[in-house]
Amino acid sequence: MRHPSARAGRTRDARGAIRSGPGTAASRVLLRLLLVLVAACGLAVLVPGTAGAEGEQVVGTLQTSRSGPIEGIEVTVATVDGDEVDTAETDDDGRFEVDLPGPGQYTVTIDADSLPDGVVITGEDSRTVTVDAGRRQPVQFGLNDGSQGAGGGNVEAVQLLVDGLRFGLLIAMCAVGLSLIFGTTGLTNFAHGELVTIGALFAWWVNTGLGVPIIPAAIIAMIGGAAFGALNELGLWRPLRRRGTGLVAALVVSIGLSLLLRYLIQIVYGGFSNPYTGLGTSRAVDYGLFRLTNQSLISIVISIVVLLLVALMLQRTKIGKAMRAVADNRDLAASSGINVNRVILVVWMMGGALAALGGVLLGLSDQVRWDMGFQLLLLMFAGVTLGGLGTAYGALVGSVIVGVFVQMSTLVIPSDVKYVGGLVLLIVILVIRPQGILGSRARIG
Amino acid sequence: MGDLLNALAVAGKSALGFQAVFFALLAIGLNVHFGYTGLLNFGQIGFAMLGGFGIAISVTQWGLNFWVGVVVGLAAAVFLALLLGLPTLRLRADYLAIATIAAAEGLRLLFRSVSASPVTGGTRGLAGFNGAFISLAPWDTSRRYPILGTRWSGGELWVALVGWVLVALLCLLVWLLMRSPWGRVLKAIREDEDAVRALGKNVYLYKMQSLVLGGVMGALGGMVYVVATGAANPDQFQNANTFLAYTVLILGGSARVLGPVVGAVILLFVIQFADTGLRALIGNGVIPEGLLSATDVAQIRFVLVGLGLMLLLVFRPQGIFGDRREVMLDAR
Repeated sequence: MRHPSARAGRTRDARGAIRSGPGTAASRVLLRLLLVLVAACGLAVLVPGTAGAEGEQVVGTLQTSRSGPIEGIEVTVATVDGDEVDTAETDDDGRFEVDLPGPGQYTVTIDADSLPDGVVITGEDSRTVTVDAGRRQPVQFGLNDGSQGAGGGNVEAVQLLVDGLRFGLLIAMCAVGLSLIFGTTGLTNFAHGELVTIGALFAWWVNTGLGVPIIPAAIIAMIGGAAFGALNELGLWRPLRRRGTGLVAALVVSIGLSLLLRYLIQIVYGGFSNPYTGLGTSRAVDYGLFRLTNQSLISIVISIVVLLLVALMLQRTKIGKAMRAVADNRDLAASSGINVNRVILVVWMMGGALAALGGVLLGLSDQVRWDMGFQLLLLMFAGVTLGGLGTAYGALVGSVIVGVFVQMSTLVIPSDVKYVGGLVLLIVILVIRPQGILGSRARIG
Repeated sequence: MGDLLNALAVAGKSALGFQAVFFALLAIGLNVHFGYTGLLNFGQIGFAMLGGFGIAISVTQWGLNFWVGVVVGLAAAVFLALLLGLPTLRLRADYLAIATIAAAEGLRLLFRSVSASPVTGGTRGLAGFNGAFISLAPWDTSRRYPILGTRWSGGELWVALVGWVLVALLCLLVWLLMRSPWGRVLKAIREDEDAVRALGKNVYLYKMQSLVLGGVMGALGGMVYVVATGAANPDQFQNANTFLAYTVLILGGSARVLGPVVGAVILLFVIQFADTGLRALIGNGVIPEGLLSATDVAQIRFVLVGLGLMLLLVFRPQGIFGDRREVMLDAR
């Protein structure tokens, strides 16, 4: 999620992806996948040849949420020995690019005095980076525009509460699927974070690669997420259940799947952070006690509507009742005529779609990254455990509490360790009330 | 052909060097947890990080003796095991899994944060703490020695030697423990916890002892790693390494004394061979840079590990040497 504090850097030129065109991007992805598979088979054919190196660059973006992109800041690049390589000024998107003579270590310095009023650098004004051959090395500078402080009539605690609510609802959306899958199949799905990442990535590709606006792109991503969830169930978990694979073995298989997908994503997509395009202004609107960007507001509204729909479905529809029945007692549900496998398939599809939507919302506030889902997974676990493993409403309540707790904790702890607070909360819950708020004692074994 | 020989040699070095020792030690610890007791510790890398940073922080920041640093690292691992075990060992297996993976990732985030960097060095990490240990080597550590087609520095050779001796000692310890009455109780807990409880054993206490013992072994692994590389950086301790250690364990055969050792040598050889081979192919231009760049290759090992872990558990959960009847991978 985006903190109210400013974020800068590590943004790859999104237009770069358009330039290569959707068709070639897809074939490149396919080729890379093939290549990885070949590597996985241990096939190695060694033929001599020549290496083609491209030019090395350092790139970055200077922007904050309040001031927007910052133009005309001088960026100086020097070698570690202090020899100046080149200087550049940020353009009207706040971006800078400096060509380098070759790979090696470089020091990138920005001119702190020329920053606009109210914007200060958090930390040092120079960064030392190691640039590999042929790489465009992103450089990140932390900028603070003071929006994190309590100034401007905003109450910091209220601001954090609203941010936390947004984040918690987002976690809840992803975690409902995790919890329902656990409830219906007993599987603790460690690969659920990758459902989130894949949803966000798919939407990013549709959005920037095919030029589809973000809302249709998110809907397409949800359909993709549902299909991927179904693929998970039909291609892996149903056959494994049929083989009688134990739950612990299945747990470790899900870890394997998570690693496989996560690092495949990193290879195919790269270690970049990319934003969605066509979002409009990212300026925060003042609501008196707190400030909120329009994106965050829409994110909150969408989360609430979707979660209400999920609750309505669980409560009123036939399939929803069947889901709760299977989660409650699988054998009893089966013997009363419920097609358990079909219910589980629907749960997977729903979980996949919700995780994809959650991924898109996370990508809106936090940009799209290869490990965004895994980072979120641990908070999902915290939320689901707090609420009670296996209960849909528990996941909802627990996740919102975790989200709010994580954001509010920045009142007392530095914001770069706020996730640690969430994880500590998880361990504290296990000490005090392992069955969670809504869980039943019988489940914890 | 030269490239192929080179890839074989580099792979052989990593299969005999400190990398294999590191994963063998992590996996021996996991063997005690998972193989013998049936505990799912998904945060073994957190124990390793505490071990490694125990030395690094003690020596560079507090100016203590190297061996005091070792004790600090081990004590930190014991503390973490107690902290995680107290709430979760009474619960079902997956609660321990969630708590340990969360603790390991949380510790890494904490160690790399800006607020911790005065102590841990943040994302830059710490360096320059292994001098006292390297200088104990009976040979000249500034020279490089050609062995099996690659060159080892004297220091690497020394750490690898001490590391393998440590592995051998721990294997002996595990062997002795597991044929003792204590070890039989652990195995019985793995098979049927309730039956053991009915016999009047304090299952919770045994599980806790197992968690502490395996965690300490993980910490020793982390120490070998940071002493060999001469630097401790939180980002070296990515959680994926825990699962690399699991793959090592299951490949070699869990609940077998030498399973982790065999698994470590084989797996490290395979992934390093794939790594070096692919880099050579990219360097040669066989694989165009646009498809797969040299920086992407570093991720291949985890793709291999993920795939290997899935295939092993589905098709051969007992690994190479394991006994299928002993590998009861079912939930409690």
